[in-house]
Amino acid sequence: MRIMPGRRLGRYGFNAYCIAGFVFLLAPILVIVPLSFNAEPYFTFTEGMLRLDPEAWSLRWYNAILDDEAWSRALVNSLLIGVTATILATTLGTLAALGLASPSMPGRNLVTAVLISPMITPIIIVAVGVFFFYSSLGLAQTHAGLILAHAALGAPFVVITVTATLAGFDRTVMRAAASLGAGPLRRFFRIQLPLIAPGVFSGGLFAFAASFDEVVVVLFLGGLEQRTIPRQMWAGIREQISPAILALAVFLIAFAVLVLLTVEWLRNRSSSAQG
Amino acid sequence: MKRFLTGLQVAPRLGALALVLPLLAFVTLSFVVPLATLLGKSAYQPEVSQVFPDTMEALAGWDGEGLPPEAAFAAIAGELAQALEERSLPRVSGAINRVQSGMRGVLNRTARRLERTEFAGTWRDTLTGIHRDWQEPATWQAIRQAGARFTSRHYLQALDLERKEDGSIGLRPDESRVYTPLMWRTLLVSLGVTLLSLLIGYPIAYMIANSPPKRSRLLLLLVLVPFWTSLLVRTTAWIVLLQRQGVINGLLVSLGILPDDARLQMIYNMTGTFVAMTHVLLPFMVLPLYSVMRSIPSSHMPAAISLGASPLKAFRRVYLPQTMPGIGAGSLLVFILAIGYYITPALVGGRTGELISSQIAYHVQTSLNWGLAAALSSILLIAVTVLYLIYSRVIGVERMRLG
Amino acid sequence: MLNIFRPGASIPVRGFLGLILLAPAAAVSAESITVVSWGGSYARACEEAYHKAFTEETGIEVLLEDYNGGLAQIRAQVDAGAVHWDVVDLEMPDARLACDEGLIEVMDVADMPAGVNGEAPEDDYPAESVSECGAGMIFYSTVFAYNRKFLQGSPPESIADFFDLEKFPGRRGMRRSPLVNLEFALAADGVPLEEVYRVLDTPEGLSRAFRKLDTIKDQVVWWEAGAQPPQLLADGEVIMSTAYNGRIFNAQVLEDQPFVIVWDAQALDSGYLAIVAGTPRYEAARQFVLFANRPRSISNISKYISYGPVRVSARSLVDKHLETGTVMEPHMPTSPENLSRALELDWRWWSENRDEMYERFSAWLAR
Repeated sequence: MRIMPGRRLGRYGFNAYCIAGFVFLLAPILVIVPLSFNAEPYFTFTEGMLRLDPEAWSLRWYNAILDDEAWSRALVNSLLIGVTATILATTLGTLAALGLASPSMPGRNLVTAVLISPMITPIIIVAVGVFFFYSSLGLAQTHAGLILAHAALGAPFVVITVTATLAGFDRTVMRAAASLGAGPLRRFFRIQLPLIAPGVFSGGLFAFAASFDEVVVVLFLGGLEQRTIPRQMWAGIREQISPAILALAVFLIAFAVLVLLTVEWLRNRSSSAQG
Repeated sequence: MKRFLTGLQVAPRLGALALVLPLLAFVTLSFVVPLATLLGKSAYQPEVSQVFPDTMEALAGWDGEGLPPEAAFAAIAGELAQALEERSLPRVSGAINRVQSGMRGVLNRTARRLERTEFAGTWRDTLTGIHRDWQEPATWQAIRQAGARFTSRHYLQALDLERKEDGSIGLRPDESRVYTPLMWRTLLVSLGVTLLSLLIGYPIAYMIANSPPKRSRLLLLLVLVPFWTSLLVRTTAWIVLLQRQGVINGLLVSLGILPDDARLQMIYNMTGTFVAMTHVLLPFMVLPLYSVMRSIPSSHMPAAISLGASPLKAFRRVYLPQTMPGIGAGSLLVFILAIGYYITPALVGGRTGELISSQIAYHVQTSLNWGLAAALSSILLIAVTVLYLIYSRVIGVERMRLG
Repeated sequence: MLNIFRPGASIPVRGFLGLILLAPAAAVSAESITVVSWGGSYARACEEAYHKAFTEETGIEVLLEDYNGGLAQIRAQVDAGAVHWDVVDLEMPDARLACDEGLIEVMDVADMPAGVNGEAPEDDYPAESVSECGAGMIFYSTVFAYNRKFLQGSPPESIADFFDLEKFPGRRGMRRSPLVNLEFALAADGVPLEEVYRVLDTPEGLSRAFRKLDTIKDQVVWWEAGAQPPQLLADGEVIMSTAYNGRIFNAQVLEDQPFVIVWDAQALDSGYLAIVAGTPRYEAARQFVLFANRPRSISNISKYISYGPVRVSARSLVDKHLETGTVMEPHMPTSPENLSRALELDWRWWSENRDEMYERFSAWLAR
């Protein structure tokens, strides 16, 4: 019994350590939220804020973001580039994952390595490479150039998630359907696609998030007309962090939570669909 | 589509390949080829030989001792004048200047004065009359070296090596070594961030994996929120927290722990890079760890303890070995991502917290030394490729999990 | 909000449609040009001073892009034959190099608009600012400044004080570039202003400059965008910083920041509006540059920021700051008092030595 107090102490210590870890993860994100309502252009909690004086809290930075045309243009750009790149990445990525899942796929490891490579290549190298190459094709400072680059960056996510879904996919179902006379297209759209749909969708979501958060390639390849939200934020941080950036950050955090909940929901669905 | 899927039945190999092919072609064109072009720039430099073809030909037979033949003087005089007219001169003189500093001035001045200078009987005398550096063999060696289509120069520079007078390759003098120290720093920071992530992430993953299901899901969400939050938002958050007039300093001063004029410098230095990078990469450590720990039956540790092992020993002998795949996966993932990081160090690292990626960006955007940028990129790429191979050998790509 | 097919859809949307329907390049309509400038309060000043008037007169829309100097983008665009930037506001050393490299279209000074009283343009620019590559447009200066809120007690007065860590402990902001910093270092080390470039041109002098920079290296926060130093000063992140004088002025008068400019060894340079070679919108770009070089346009800039005309006749038009009524003359880098301690940036020296200096500086910085 002598050992117990020590062990309990150990357990408390362990829990405290873990909680500190969670605080480290979350505190920076949480701190931004109240500060974005600061009536003053500072990054500290003013005395008025701590006293909960309504005068010290304001929506002025939110208005600043919503009124500034640069931000709404950036949003349009982010969505255009992100959505188009996602459609491209998801379509090609899903097909590729179906091919890779086939037991008779030749050179699987090498092909997988090539398809995954955009994801593990340091982004600075990707950016410099596409900058030189796309410039020589006249694709620099065009939406098309960014869409192509972002689609290549997003495709690995689709390949990985769809492959993971297919790993749990029972191939006998397809064979059974074939024996019942269903053609290959019909089998794909009626049986396979619905089953892997959550994987496709969450892969697409990953691809979209990757594009929506990407700034290095945009920095090198994009121009004025291709300013995306992260690119606009980069300019804002480099030059002047006004609390308006924090207001935007709060929007993006809300967006992140939304995406996260969607992915979780999809995962639950897909795991229950597969039993 | 129909054909692809029918193909699946008829010739399975072809069918599978046909499905993969569109993405393979797309990734090759939009990604692999640009990368290969970039790597090519590190060793291939056609500019000088394109603008000075006759000079290069005249120099081909020159043994490098003494001065080259008159034909070389005549050729370069003609080609300098032409380059000036076609405005290709500065780019070429810039390239030669990188081989030997001062050459930009020699070439530009010579080209401008040629027109107004009287021919002195030989081109050799004419050029030497304009600039006496034309008498130096070193001038010609620089032109010849810059005119070579293929060069190892950029790689030598990227590794802080140089070609000595006798032709051997050796380290540059201590004070002019730039990139190897930076590579070491990048390596050390990446290792440090990996280790820190492991120290913070391991217990967190353990707690998530060993909590009752409901709490476990909640805790997992707490890790996923930062994972999904924009990188720039998280970096901004750290600027807000760490800067001199920021939240942490403000708190310490208002609590009387720090005097107002002794605020801590936690940003625009290595501290900033370390803290922000660890925060950004931590989820990449926690998630693989968690997915491994989840599959370890929670009865193993108590069983070992009930058999008489101390909790520490039980952990070390029973639990830790089973989590090694997770540790390996998480560490490699974090390390690979850290080694090529750009945005976070660029925004919060200042000069001392800067990594190799910043030098690549610098040589592309500011110094215009694209060959060197390409050489640095390929070295970084080789390092990452080696790591990736280890990763796929040890852990397997198919086990890579997201979120 | 996202109705792509609305006739008045914004430019990116049109660009996107163009991308699907036509070739990728056709994103910008013929009636607009992209002008690249230094961002922040300077870009806003130019917008107010003459961009708007230009659009009103010609109907050509001006799209404003920011950059922090350098030639890489221009070079990549010209090399690839796909020019998206039409007009760029260059620093003189860069302008000179770009002109040598054929990256910009040269505008003859004689083609510029006449002076206020009809002076011939070639007589209206000071001789030393004219070269075969054209002439500068506005004078601006790199100075150092401090924030009285954080630096009380006896104030710094000379460039030597900027390098004096004992008298003024604390971090300094400096531009991440050898330009101006090498000159400051030598001036602080006791080299008379008129001899700075003679000393800098020798290997010993250059080493001396770097040794002087070494003494404060650990205390420097390096900035890149002109809008950063006022922010660094306002946040107390640095105790003093080099900065463009106009940015500090704007923070003083518009944001009531207690900033003080030290004019000692102010590094005087001129900005140059260049047309990027091979732009498909050359005519519009040329119209823009000519419009900008009208005496009225240039002098209008000084209604918003303390930068002054290079053209002699336009200087008489400099008056007051529009928003606050501040008399501009004493805040100009070219006012007689400020000019008495000026170090004129030698763009000839810089265009000859640019590459070596940048390379050496970046190596020095990385160590």
